[in-house]
Amino acid sequence: MKYQGTVIRYGDNVDTDVIIPARYLNTGDPAALAAHCMEDLDSSFVTRVKPGDIMVAGQNFGCGSSREHAPIAIKASGISVVIAESFARIFYRNAINIGLPIVECPAAAKAISAGDTVEADLGAGVIRNLTTGAEFGTAPFPPFIQQIIEAGGLVEAIKSGKIG
Amino acid sequence: MAMTQTQKILAAHAGKTEVKAGELILASLDRVLGNDITSPVAIRAFQALGAETVYDKDRIVMVMDHFAPNKDIKAAEQCCCCRDFCGAQGISHFYDVGKAGIEHALLPEQGLVTAGDCVIGADSHTCTYGALGAFSTGVGSTDMACAMATGKAWFKVPSAIRVVLRGSLQKYVSGKDVILHLIGKIGVDGARYRSLEFTGEGVSALSISDRLCIANMAIEAGAKNGIFEVDDETLIYLRAQGAAKPAVYAADPDAEYDETIEIDLSAIRPTVAFPHLPENTKTFDEIGEIPVQQVVIGSCTNGRIEDLRAAAEILKGRKCAEHVRVIIIPATQQVYLDAMDEGLLRIFIESGAAVSVPTCGPCLGGHMGVLAAGERAVATTNRNFVGRMGHPDSEVYLASPAVAAASAVAGRLASPEEVMGL
Repeated sequence: MKYQGTVIRYGDNVDTDVIIPARYLNTGDPAALAAHCMEDLDSSFVTRVKPGDIMVAGQNFGCGSSREHAPIAIKASGISVVIAESFARIFYRNAINIGLPIVECPAAAKAISAGDTVEADLGAGVIRNLTTGAEFGTAPFPPFIQQIIEAGGLVEAIKSGKIG
Repeated sequence: MAMTQTQKILAAHAGKTEVKAGELILASLDRVLGNDITSPVAIRAFQALGAETVYDKDRIVMVMDHFAPNKDIKAAEQCCCCRDFCGAQGISHFYDVGKAGIEHALLPEQGLVTAGDCVIGADSHTCTYGALGAFSTGVGSTDMACAMATGKAWFKVPSAIRVVLRGSLQKYVSGKDVILHLIGKIGVDGARYRSLEFTGEGVSALSISDRLCIANMAIEAGAKNGIFEVDDETLIYLRAQGAAKPAVYAADPDAEYDETIEIDLSAIRPTVAFPHLPENTKTFDEIGEIPVQQVVIGSCTNGRIEDLRAAAEILKGRKCAEHVRVIIIPATQQVYLDAMDEGLLRIFIESGAAVSVPTCGPCLGGHMGVLAAGERAVATTNRNFVGRMGHPDSEVYLASPAVAAASAVAGRLASPEEVMGL
């Protein structure tokens, strides 16, 4: 449960309409959704995101619609983990259910800057900013959540007999 | 232990005598809902699970409303996916074009939700049914898939904010103004993860339509659910719609709330949420000259017959401003029929407005009224995020049907009092 990547940073109240605009919801295909991820907030995201990059944001990340297409688009774009001050509840549930690790950590989300290299150890509950040396504690993921993430989502975890 | 109204419903559906905030429970579901956007993802997950049949073909509801009537080939294929699945599974509540409407207006109207129910829907505005004393909340497609297979969902029991309503609304002020006022006060994450429980003598002064509108936008304050205490009006409505026998749960008098907010309904003024968050609210004493190019009256928030009556009262005998495109969308086929019988459609068309078939359409920038760069709309919808109704450089101002109709006549943001000459 360790991820390392370069940080792409956004502010408060990043809503699901900017994560994936509804005009692209005529498909559920992850790659097609990823091609438009963050488009209305940051049109350069899709060209600069690299596999493993870490998204950091402020409060209430993922507010708005229940579209599971939002975490699917972020995951398929290559983002390895999302760290925010707080998440909207439907987004939080959806992200775990599709196997996108997300961490609520206000101290880390406030202190980490765009471009920093960050390591998130979600099993141990530690976020390290390798650029500045700062370290932040989080509540570690309980084993069943780790199993869902490792399986690639709730459906895969149930199918493989890991949970349920 | 004392419980909130929400906690009592969750306890009953988890087979427990009591639950407390923060506890994880597995609850049985009375309804599982999806639409043409979220259901195809859920159907694929349902199939990936290896599930063969749904837990109860009479408890699942699928409504073709977001991109229906099909806006393009891909949307058509998504509706086909839902249609094929419902056909194969024998789902009894599949609502297609011609029988459908916007899901959260349709389910209460068709009597598919009753007080005391526990409902999830793969649509964030599923919280609407709290108006009828049900626990209902939005989830994603994977949760919908697992719920279709098992009839159950896990929840973290929420704590709650109590909203005590007093007094009654003035003319031209509606439930929309109340919920915009509340969101302006507590912010778009002011109730995050929590219940908003509406109580107090003011509840009975609100119509069911106003309550549906208020509960509908609980999610816009981040709430898990919004719920109203059940009164005679609720029971009369449920009976009229042919809903199942209600189970009435009232919060214990000593239930614990995170906070209590008091709202004097008689002090609420027509309220508008400015771009790009529903919390950016202003009343007309703070609003200057803001010309608009489009007005949308409809959506799961404000597409009921009461909303159309409010708009028609203002549009009757008046003309929409020359440069404004006014789009009116009855939320369901029944609302459309009622609007026709009451002569509202004639009023709208004679005023220069276009009347659409029921659809979510422009609310989420899908079709039937998408905005160009630089355009501004007043809408009775629920979200004004960047790009919500079209181009990322367009703007949406959220308001009541009366304010939207007044703005259609004035060609700019305008209060109903001004247009009606009061």
